[in-house]
Amino acid sequence: MTDTAQSQTQSWRQWLTTDQPTSRRHAKIVQFYLGWLSFRSNLLAMVGLFILLLLVFTWLFAPFIATHDPLAQDLGARLLHPSMEHYFGTDALGRDIYSRIVYGAGITLYIVTLVAVTAPIFGLLVGSLAGYLGGWVDVVLMRITDIFLAFPKLILALAFVSALGAGLENAVLALILTAWPPYTRIARAETLTIRKSEFIDAVRMQGAGTMHIIMRHIWPLCVSSIIVRVTLDMAGVLLTAAGLGFLGLGAQPPTPEWGAMISFGRKFILDHWWVATMPGLAIFTVSLGFNLLGDGLRDLLDPKGDKS
Amino acid sequence: MPLLETGPEVEPEFAVSVSNLNVYFGEGRDTFQAVKDVSFAAERGDTFGLVGESGSGKSTVLRAIAGLIEDWDGSINVAGQSIGKTRSKDFFKNLQMVFQDPYGSLHPRHTIDRILSEPLLLHGIGDVNNRINKIMDEVGLPHSFRFRFSHQLSGGQRQRVAIARALILEPSIILLDEPTSALDVSVQAEILNLLKDLQAEHKLTYVLVSHNLAVIAHMCSQTAVMNAGEIVEVLNIDKMSALEADHPYTQQLLSASMGYDADKAAAMELL
Repeated sequence: MTDTAQSQTQSWRQWLTTDQPTSRRHAKIVQFYLGWLSFRSNLLAMVGLFILLLLVFTWLFAPFIATHDPLAQDLGARLLHPSMEHYFGTDALGRDIYSRIVYGAGITLYIVTLVAVTAPIFGLLVGSLAGYLGGWVDVVLMRITDIFLAFPKLILALAFVSALGAGLENAVLALILTAWPPYTRIARAETLTIRKSEFIDAVRMQGAGTMHIIMRHIWPLCVSSIIVRVTLDMAGVLLTAAGLGFLGLGAQPPTPEWGAMISFGRKFILDHWWVATMPGLAIFTVSLGFNLLGDGLRDLLDPKGDKS
Repeated sequence: MPLLETGPEVEPEFAVSVSNLNVYFGEGRDTFQAVKDVSFAAERGDTFGLVGESGSGKSTVLRAIAGLIEDWDGSINVAGQSIGKTRSKDFFKNLQMVFQDPYGSLHPRHTIDRILSEPLLLHGIGDVNNRINKIMDEVGLPHSFRFRFSHQLSGGQRQRVAIARALILEPSIILLDEPTSALDVSVQAEILNLLKDLQAEHKLTYVLVSHNLAVIAHMCSQTAVMNAGEIVEVLNIDKMSALEADHPYTQQLLSASMGYDADKAAAMELL
């Protein structure tokens, strides 16, 4: 009984680590599994991954994890100390801080996901076009990028938000507009090193067009350094989002956005430390998670590493 | 029959002919002329060699024919047709290239299957499975390698993949840019013999660039010797094997390839 189970796991492992895959999908799965094996041996990266999975879990099951309604005010229970009734205490309107942080996880994920999906893809497109085509296309695209890079991130985001109006959606838009230039630079630099390669010459000799070469041959090689940069940047995006929230330009009350919660607790920070500290710790933990994951992914995906 | 055609009219039996080719790198005052007034013609079904030291412009000639360099003038004829700066898809169906470095000419993130199927997809050719299996047989790659990545192969196996990729569109002309110089000696012979077998089977025309005279002697019937961007001499391989070169540079090249001669060196010492 145990023997057959054992031999079954044995053959599974063989299937997952074989050096002679039998189909395209099999080859991809094997490559992914080998990557996962080396990622798993990195303890800190696993901690980062755990924190982010916890964030996703919290978002999915917020109604079951939270103990109170995040918006329910109870003026009789204002500014209570952390206790068994209110794990992280209550704020100036008597709202349960623990429940607000739990519901805030979804908002954090919303911000991070939108920025992480749009800004790098836009940056990758602009950067690889500039790098591959060169000439005046390169000059025009990169000078536009330089203009965006010349502004401090938060100031530019502030300008966008104040022009578009305060609110979570506009804050995200402002974050995307300030986040893409570094990806453009990375993508361009990577493209410049790749485009003279013989394998690019080889695909040109098969009659492939420019967009085919960029999307099918250059992007796969840029993506790993972009992914690493994204995970390392997400902590910064989170902090900028919190900063916008803190300045009252992000999510509007009573939305339980972590940055806005800190801003709200600022008035009581000397006498009632938990009001500002708890959401601060949440931001800190998630930022740390992203950074640890980013470091782990860098070891795994860096094309300049010893792999491939 | 003249060896060189200088006019635009070319005998149809030439698969590739080049006349008065000049290739430039850089712009304005920094312009560097890498190839100067080069003319040669490669006969159909034959191997034409281009030999010379590093930097003599032999690879540049090949890249200009392949359309990878655009800054050239002169005339290039492939299969009887004059070729302009921009190349059509059909052009690449008839002319392919094998690159020098099998470690650099295969995409590091693509499987062998993807590398070989891409030309077929780009040209809208069906029956991908059978064609890939057939070409892998022809170049001597086991089918179990089909879904491997290039970094899981040895240098010789990679070069076989590169040859398979060049052959899968069934071209009649293949440009070989030092196809064996990155491989070790025992593998070099295997690859050269494979290329010879494929040539006999598919009636291919090769234009072979090499700095190795032994490779040229093994493969070609005729070779042009290049130095500093110019062809100094076109000679028959029999003449070359008999060490009967007319031009002093070729003589020097041939004697250098003979290796170190102890008697000669001793004689020079005595003087």
